[in-house]
Amino acid sequence: MEWLYMHMPIAGVNIFWPGMLLIGFSVGVIGGFFGMGGAWMVTPGLNILGFPMAFAIGTDMAHIAGKSMISTVRHAKFGNVDYKLGIVMLAGTMVGIEIGAQIVMYLERIGLVGSVVRWVYVVFLALIAWMVFYDYAKAVSKKKKGVVDGEHGTEGVTWYKTLHKINIPPMMHFKAAGITCSAWLPIMVSMVTGILAGFLGIGGGLLRMPALIYLIGCPTHISVGTDLFEVMISGLYGAFTYALKGRIEMVAVFVMLTGAAVGAQIGTIATKYAKGYGIRIAFGLAVLCCMLSIILKQFKFNALAAVIILGAIALICLWIMKIMFAGAAQELREKKAASPQA
Amino acid sequence: MLKRTAKLLPLILALLAVLPQLVWAAGGGASDLVVVADTRVVKNVILHYFADVYNMNLMLNAVWAVVLTAIYGSFLGFFMDFLMSRTGLDLTKRKIVEH
Repeated sequence: MEWLYMHMPIAGVNIFWPGMLLIGFSVGVIGGFFGMGGAWMVTPGLNILGFPMAFAIGTDMAHIAGKSMISTVRHAKFGNVDYKLGIVMLAGTMVGIEIGAQIVMYLERIGLVGSVVRWVYVVFLALIAWMVFYDYAKAVSKKKKGVVDGEHGTEGVTWYKTLHKINIPPMMHFKAAGITCSAWLPIMVSMVTGILAGFLGIGGGLLRMPALIYLIGCPTHISVGTDLFEVMISGLYGAFTYALKGRIEMVAVFVMLTGAAVGAQIGTIATKYAKGYGIRIAFGLAVLCCMLSIILKQFKFNALAAVIILGAIALICLWIMKIMFAGAAQELREKKAASPQA
Repeated sequence: MLKRTAKLLPLILALLAVLPQLVWAAGGGASDLVVVADTRVVKNVILHYFADVYNMNLMLNAVWAVVLTAIYGSFLGFFMDFLMSRTGLDLTKRKIVEH
C-alpha cells in the first residue's frame, strides 16, 4: 500500500494522497456552491492527514487561491461575478483588514487576544446563522401570504432597501448585481466585514457572502460569484506571504487542486439548479457546524470538533452533488425531449 | 482626471492588494520554526529543484508558489470548462430564483 502515500519534500512527511484529493474535491464542491474559501474545513483535514499545523495553514491558503480561480472561471460564465462590485469592495476590505489587525495587536499587548477573538468569532457566527434562518422564516411566511416583493421571488429580510436610500455621491450602478447605490455602501460594508476578518484572522468569505446578500442587496448567486473573485485575489497574496515564510507544500497544493477542479465544477454548476434560499439555508447550517466546532475546540474536545467538521463537510457535499446531478439529468432529459426526432 | 484615475484604479488596487494582513485566512501567522527540506531523500529532479529553492531562496520560492498556483488554477479552470462544455449542459445561462 506504499503507493497510496506521497512524500512531501518540504514537510518531510509521507501523506495519504487520496485523502488530499478528497479534501480538495469536497472543499471545491462546498466553496463553489457557497462562495467561500473554506479554510475552516481544509486546515483540520490536512492536520488529520498528518500535516504539521504550520504547513497546513499555508498549504491551505495556496489551495484556496487556485480553487477560487477555478470556481470564478465557471461563475463568470454564468454571469455570477460582478467585477466592478468586487473591485470596489476590495478597497474597503483591505482598509478594514488593516484596522482589524491593529485591534488584534492591541489586544495582544494587553494579553487578551486568544479568548476574545474566539468568542467574538462564535458570536458573529451565531449572528449570521440567526440572520439566515430568520430571513428564511420571514420569506416562508410572506410567501404563504402571497407577498412577492423581490425581483427574483419572495424575499424575507430586505434591509438593503433601506440602505439603498443613502444617496451620498458617487452613485454607482452594478450591472451584474442589478443594483444602483452609493459607492460608499459597498465600501463601508466591505470595510466592516474586513475589520472583522482581520480581527478574527479569517479570509472573510463567511462574513462577506451574507453581507453581500442582506446589506448590499445582491442576488444570492451573484454574491457567491463575486465573493469568490475576492477570495481568489486575497488567496494569491496569502500564497505569496506564506511561501515567503516557508510554510507551503506545493506538491500537496497541486494534488488538492486536482481534486478541487472536479469538485468546483459540481459546486458551481449546482448553483444553477438551486434556489437562492436553498443556498442560504445550507450556508446557515455550515456556519452552525463551524461555530459548534470552535466551541468544542475552546473546551479542548478536539477530536469531537474534527468529527463534526468532517461529518458536516461530507453531508453538505453529498447534498450539493445530489442537486447538481439531479438538475443536470433533468436538463438533459428536457433537451432530448425538445429536440426533433431523428 | 476622473477618467484617468478610473484607469489607474485597478493598478492602485492591485498594489494595495499586497497588504500582508489580507491573508490571515486560517487564523494567525506562521510560527518562527525553521524547516529545512531534506534533499537527500528527494529523487525526482523537479522536486529536487524546488526543495533546493526552498532551502536557498525563500523569495524565489514565494514567486514560484504564486506563479504555479495561478497557472495551474487557470489551466484547470479552462480545461474543466472545455470538458464541461461537452456534456451538453447550458453553462452560460441560469435563472435566478430566490424562493
